[in-house]
Amino acid sequence: MKSAASATDRDTQVPPRDRLAAAFACARDEGRAALVTFVTAGHGDTDANLDALVAGGADIVELGMPFTDPMADGPAIQAANLRSLAAHTTTADILAVARGFRMRHPAVPLILMGYANPMLRRGSDWFANAAREAGADGVICVDIPPEEDSALGPALRDAGLHLVRLATPTTDARRLPTVVDGASGFLYYVSVAGITGLQQAAQDSIESAIARLKGATDLPIAVGFGVRTPEQAAAIGRVSDGVVVGSAIVELVAKHGGDASGAITEYISTLATALRGAR
Amino acid sequence: MTTPNSYRAQPDERGHFGDYGGRYVAETLMPLILDLETAYRAARADPSFAAQFDDLLEHYVGRPSPLYHAERLTEELRKDANPGKGAQIWFKRDELNHTGAHKINNCIGQILLAMRMGKTRIIAETGAGQHGVATATVCARFGLPCVIYMGAKDAERQQPNVFRMKLLGAEVRAVESGARTLKDAMNEALRDWVANVDDTFYIIGTAAGPHPYPELVRDFQSVIGREAREQMQKRTGRLPDLLVAAIGGGSNAIGLFHPFLDDQDVRMLGVEAAGEGLDRKHAASLAGGFPGVLHGNKTYLLQDEDGQIAEAHSISAGLDYPGIGPEHAWLKDQGRVDYVAVSDREALDAFQLLCRTEGIIPALEPSHAIAAVAAKAREMNEDRIILANLCGRGDKDIFTVADALGVTI
Repeated sequence: MKSAASATDRDTQVPPRDRLAAAFACARDEGRAALVTFVTAGHGDTDANLDALVAGGADIVELGMPFTDPMADGPAIQAANLRSLAAHTTTADILAVARGFRMRHPAVPLILMGYANPMLRRGSDWFANAAREAGADGVICVDIPPEEDSALGPALRDAGLHLVRLATPTTDARRLPTVVDGASGFLYYVSVAGITGLQQAAQDSIESAIARLKGATDLPIAVGFGVRTPEQAAAIGRVSDGVVVGSAIVELVAKHGGDASGAITEYISTLATALRGAR
Repeated sequence: MTTPNSYRAQPDERGHFGDYGGRYVAETLMPLILDLETAYRAARADPSFAAQFDDLLEHYVGRPSPLYHAERLTEELRKDANPGKGAQIWFKRDELNHTGAHKINNCIGQILLAMRMGKTRIIAETGAGQHGVATATVCARFGLPCVIYMGAKDAERQQPNVFRMKLLGAEVRAVESGARTLKDAMNEALRDWVANVDDTFYIIGTAAGPHPYPELVRDFQSVIGREAREQMQKRTGRLPDLLVAAIGGGSNAIGLFHPFLDDQDVRMLGVEAAGEGLDRKHAASLAGGFPGVLHGNKTYLLQDEDGQIAEAHSISAGLDYPGIGPEHAWLKDQGRVDYVAVSDREALDAFQLLCRTEGIIPALEPSHAIAAVAAKAREMNEDRIILANLCGRGDKDIFTVADALGVTI
């Protein structure tokens, strides 16, 4: 009975337009890489910061869910996480930010990015449904590799959300099919073995990695970790489908506090311009 | 819940202890822990690895550690027990190991594994400093450079161990992020590892973290239980009735318990740190936590309703961690091992009791176990045997104890 009823629900629902696929297709049609940008929820004026990303020309927005123990992050995002939690940011607050963003920006893809424990605390189904209802398009969970997919993946897929997987310099050819299997939306290439925001990868290593990834998946490839300058973004954008910038934006929020939106828009527009002129 | 045929067959091939454990790590580390698992399987199948491990444990660590019948403590506890009550108390003396705690057993095993894998740099996290000292010791012994991450707060309260590590040639990096204790040190060690994937081996100090760490740490520490089982049978012709061990991450406890898990008549008690009390600040993740994911494994964690990790508290820096090894989480749910929590105050009393009755200054970690032993002994008949693991000696803790007792040294 239950499955029949849910099948009916699904049939009568208008399928949500795949905003992620549309964003990558739009960028591709314009002959450029998509600009993927990250801010931490609850760090500074998050609503204004998100609007500033879009105003500057971001194609896809990642909203970081703060966690007490962000073990894959460098100093900038660590500090943003702890500052957000010190200001008592809750999961409900983050979902409210997402909901507000979806109302203001109906077409811009929104990804929730964070760590497993806050996502799993009330159960994976709860989180997947809450994320979908808040208007998110997908989720990146740093510490759930394909080997533990059952902890979150099935719930996201049932809710119609993309599960964006990460590939890294240590993801060898033998392992790549495992990573790609069950991934959707795009593949996030972490271009350096390290934490966020510190080193930058050599351009030739990025190019050979993208060639390797393209051989294993038809998903768009977005490259991140250590990308800061318009020049770097342009160089990567010549060969990738997307460029991800995070720590540099979070540092602007740290510097300008609750009044960072002007600086963010200005910075993002330099990246967007660089990507438009890259190819 | 069905009873498994054996409690000693965990984890499964994916590193799961029932619903717990697993490999919850960032993709960058995933290939590394798969390599580690392959290397560990090969080492286990290689008799020369076991021979080298056993040889170092005997001639460098000083094993087997004695099994000691604590007759004065037994008599002391019988004084206020009902007639016929007051079980015999025995200690496994792992505090007599080189470096003064059980931690060295695991470090010997892991550094041999690191060298088999061709790794040339060692990192570790430490809370009380005992695992840091043990890691620095084996690195000095084998000539490998070593970086120890230690929460800045722990480094302040465990100065003697910081100095020991430096004497042994280790670089000690005080971690200023988060609560500045063990969990933050572990975060920082993981950040180091993810940035140094080619040459670095991470020696995790407790039976937690991503698979295969909980399994391999348990296996290396199981020397405690194997020896104790044999020694007890030789001395008394029987097995103990109750095993007791303190639990932070749980490596000394799982090391003692595991060889006995299928001995149906042997009961087991793990002792968490109740800190200032379970309704206040504590470190008892089984008693006061919920299942969640941290540091590569699923287990019981102290956390809030949003899954943010809570800060643990114990007078014992070695128990001051908001999680617990996944095998303990499974054993708790299975009902095979009982778990209780003992407060700072009770541990301090037990610390002094052992000093006075047996002439042994225990570490604050096993003082928690001794407090639970004292309570249990009074309830059990005189012909019963309790075996507790004395997993560390108290030299490192005398300043903390003096401070807690209001004594100026």
